[in-house]
Amino acid sequence: MTTPSVPLLQVKNLRIEFPTRRGILVAVDDISFEIAAGEVLGVVGESGAGKSLTGAAVIGLLEPPGRIAGGEIIFNGKRIDNLGFEDIRKIRGREIGAIFQDPLTSLNPLYTIGRQLTETIETHLALTHTQARTRAIELLEEVGIPAAAKRIDHYPHQFSGGMRQRVVISLALAANPKLIIADEPTTALDVSIQAQIITLLKKLGREHGTAVMLITHDMGVIAETADRVAVMYAGRIAEIGPVAEVIHHPQHPYTIGLMGAIPSVGDNHERLSQIDGSMPRLTAIPAGCAFNPRCTRVNDVANHRCTIERPSLLPAGKTRAACWLHDRLGQQSTAINQHTVTV
Amino acid sequence: MSSAKTLLEVCDVAKEFDVSRPWLNRVLEGQDKQILKAVDGVSFTINRGETLALVGESGCGKSTVARLVCGLYTPSRGSIVFDGVDMAKVASDELRGLRKRFQMIFQDPYASLNPRWRVGKIIAEPIVSHGLATTRAELKARVGQLLTQVGLSPLDADKFPHEFSGGQRQRISIARALSSNPEFLVCDEPTSALDVSVQAQILNLMKDLQREFGLTYLFISHNLAVVSHIATRVGVMYLGRLVEIADTRRIFTRPLHPYTQMLQSAIPDLKMTGKQRTPVAGEVPNPLNPPTGCAFHPRCPHANERCRRERPNMIEHPESGQVACHAVEEGRIDIKIAA
Amino acid sequence: MVDLMRRFFDSDIWHSFKRNPLVIAATIAALICLFAASLAPWIAPHNPFDLKTLNLLDAFSPPAWIAAGKSEFLLGTDDQGRDVLSTIMHGSRVSLVVGICAVFLSMVIGITLGLISGYVGGALDAFIMRVADIQLSFPAILIALLIDGVARAVIAKENHDQVAVYVLIFAIAASGWVQYARTVRGSTLVERNKEYVQAARVIGRRSLAIMFSHVLPNVMGPVMVLATLHVGTAIITEATLSFLGVGVPPTQPSLGTLIRVGNDFLFSGEWWITVFPGLALVILVLSINIIGDWLRDALNPKLR
Repeated sequence: MTTPSVPLLQVKNLRIEFPTRRGILVAVDDISFEIAAGEVLGVVGESGAGKSLTGAAVIGLLEPPGRIAGGEIIFNGKRIDNLGFEDIRKIRGREIGAIFQDPLTSLNPLYTIGRQLTETIETHLALTHTQARTRAIELLEEVGIPAAAKRIDHYPHQFSGGMRQRVVISLALAANPKLIIADEPTTALDVSIQAQIITLLKKLGREHGTAVMLITHDMGVIAETADRVAVMYAGRIAEIGPVAEVIHHPQHPYTIGLMGAIPSVGDNHERLSQIDGSMPRLTAIPAGCAFNPRCTRVNDVANHRCTIERPSLLPAGKTRAACWLHDRLGQQSTAINQHTVTV
Repeated sequence: MSSAKTLLEVCDVAKEFDVSRPWLNRVLEGQDKQILKAVDGVSFTINRGETLALVGESGCGKSTVARLVCGLYTPSRGSIVFDGVDMAKVASDELRGLRKRFQMIFQDPYASLNPRWRVGKIIAEPIVSHGLATTRAELKARVGQLLTQVGLSPLDADKFPHEFSGGQRQRISIARALSSNPEFLVCDEPTSALDVSVQAQILNLMKDLQREFGLTYLFISHNLAVVSHIATRVGVMYLGRLVEIADTRRIFTRPLHPYTQMLQSAIPDLKMTGKQRTPVAGEVPNPLNPPTGCAFHPRCPHANERCRRERPNMIEHPESGQVACHAVEEGRIDIKIAA
Repeated sequence: MVDLMRRFFDSDIWHSFKRNPLVIAATIAALICLFAASLAPWIAPHNPFDLKTLNLLDAFSPPAWIAAGKSEFLLGTDDQGRDVLSTIMHGSRVSLVVGICAVFLSMVIGITLGLISGYVGGALDAFIMRVADIQLSFPAILIALLIDGVARAVIAKENHDQVAVYVLIFAIAASGWVQYARTVRGSTLVERNKEYVQAARVIGRRSLAIMFSHVLPNVMGPVMVLATLHVGTAIITEATLSFLGVGVPPTQPSLGTLIRVGNDFLFSGEWWITVFPGLALVILVLSINIIGDWLRDALNPKLR
């Protein structure tokens, strides 16, 4: 069914809405991307950009009243966005694992981690209880928990923050999933622990051939971990491409501003480049390009196009950017209506 | 050590918290009192017009130091001297006069503004409290001026905090802090709850204000990249103690203490995409039960018997600043020079 | 003011209210009770306390729709020929005054102690909370009875009727403050550690100013819910005490007094004398409770 050319995960024109009594809020608006087997796709953006919702939609954990209002999510050649609760639950955990920001809430405080691990393993794999326990110990060893055979019978509160996140990772890996959705996996951790967890994620991805959708606001984490990166802004993808290209040669004015805004060690003490204003609220997303009120180059495009017509992802340098500056054909028409992204 | 340049002198300050269970439970379960030494003998000075940053991982006591300096906690030991006046010995009416000379900016812009107060009232609170305006018109004009200074509109005074984004709220917080014309601002992780692009705005604003009003900052952060951008000097804290303090340049190019070196190597580096970080093993120990000797010894690659036994004191380093490490003192560490 | 109105009609509370027919019905019922009670001297068909208008020949007349009933006494009359509808209206007035005043007094005591307890902490907090614990281990009725008993012993018989209502209000308030104190203390403990309170401390505001201008407005939400529900409970407590004969004197009867008086005639067939005041009590308390429950849900963001 799957051939190497077909990506593991395809998201096509995904749209996520929140109906409220003041009208429908579009939190994720027509985004498309793909993740190949074994690839790490970083999804970066400011809070409210829709990155976590995208991740939640993929594993079918969108909290009501949020709903998928359009588009398709195709995993392993099969459409999963319209599956029932039971069917998506079978895929979740078995084929798609999840790691969340706060390791404490992902673990049940009343059960030992061993019980939680073996239950997950037994649910998804045909193993006996003893085999499942052996596998659980192997998993804990793999994620770097010392004295795993002893610590397996401990409760979550007996682990430190970094160790807990390792346990959560082992849970996500329990059934050997093909894809892991990692939503801010290092945000709650201290810098020194962050480095440990990132190294671990990279190593596991490589060894297991697991694809990772790494959602974070921290460009540094993306830079160290991801193969490709999608930069989200106001529910849309502003730019997507290989990580080195996006970081060193950003093409979208937002990405350019974002890169300049990140302080880095060793620069002189001059001002950081800043993007004035803030991301629009979902209730007030401007027409045309969502970034146009903050964009310094809005006047470089003729005929106020940025404030009228929404740009789709256009080839720009070695990445793709949703910006009319890169509309080389200079067409005024809306003929370009291409959403699928292949890099 | 104190000189005309010195604005704040913190001398051997400690803060202990009693985190024991209630008395009855303790007696029934036969437990001893548990004392958390959040800050354990920290000394530093801040000169006028400079920015001293304190960095460290969660639980290292950096926020407690900020709150001690602001008078939100009383130190268990040691003294805090602001512009030659010992804060513990000053009379209460004089303390009120001192209070308007320093203010604080907090981490969470969603919690630091009273949700039921209008922005104008929030910003006016220090002015009213210290009697700095005589008429309503003067007060209104001052609030408008402050809002303009932080990049908002005087019309925003009539709105409520929830009508603003995180970055805008932090600007309101800064306006409130500036309203009593302070000389000294204590900033407790002022940008860590903000997005990067907004963080840049706030950091730039803070630098502009510092230049304009000659402000002195004590800047608390866990983000070394931010610190390297804003600070003139940096103090590194670990488990309630300062382990190294020096000029920003020296800290980042020639970190001496093994912990500083570890933090330095853990900074994600955007410029070298795909570079392998060298993660340091281990985690911060439980502060209720800190290791003997040097608190960092269980994670330190250079630790020996003396480190396990004897707590190192701060020693002046010939090049710049001070460091508390036996290995550095004995010359056991070859100092890495960062690229 | 216009701005305030606009904000109210745009608020989530108003929208939640509009979509809830039961709450609308309860509000209407409560408003009718409030209206009838507060305007009783002017709109009641008779004045049941004006002896000149009373005629013993009218006594025990059944409700108007029963054959023997008289059209001028819609809900019938009692043993002294008083119009039951009018006595209910006057009785609700006493019940509501006692209930609302008692709740208000409870609130003032409870909020003040709760704020101090939560904000100051330490030994004072421990002391106030232990007093609250002791208070909670006595049933509310028992405390009210105790206070009433003490008052009867201290105050001379002839003056007792005049102060009876105040004693009752105090007795009910004294048994209800603990809930407020606990709720406010809990919220205060949370608010106290928020950064806006710390900011006020850095500014140099005094503790009392911080407690009442910063903390208090932010802990009032749950208190308002509690107060609404408490009005219902207080009215019931008042009725119970009056039913037991230790409440308001028969000269200014409350709903509880009416029920007690009517109770004597229940088995002799004059059921209307006690059933209608009882019904009025049920409607009043039920509608208040429905509003209180809804308010609790509407103010709780987690349930929205």
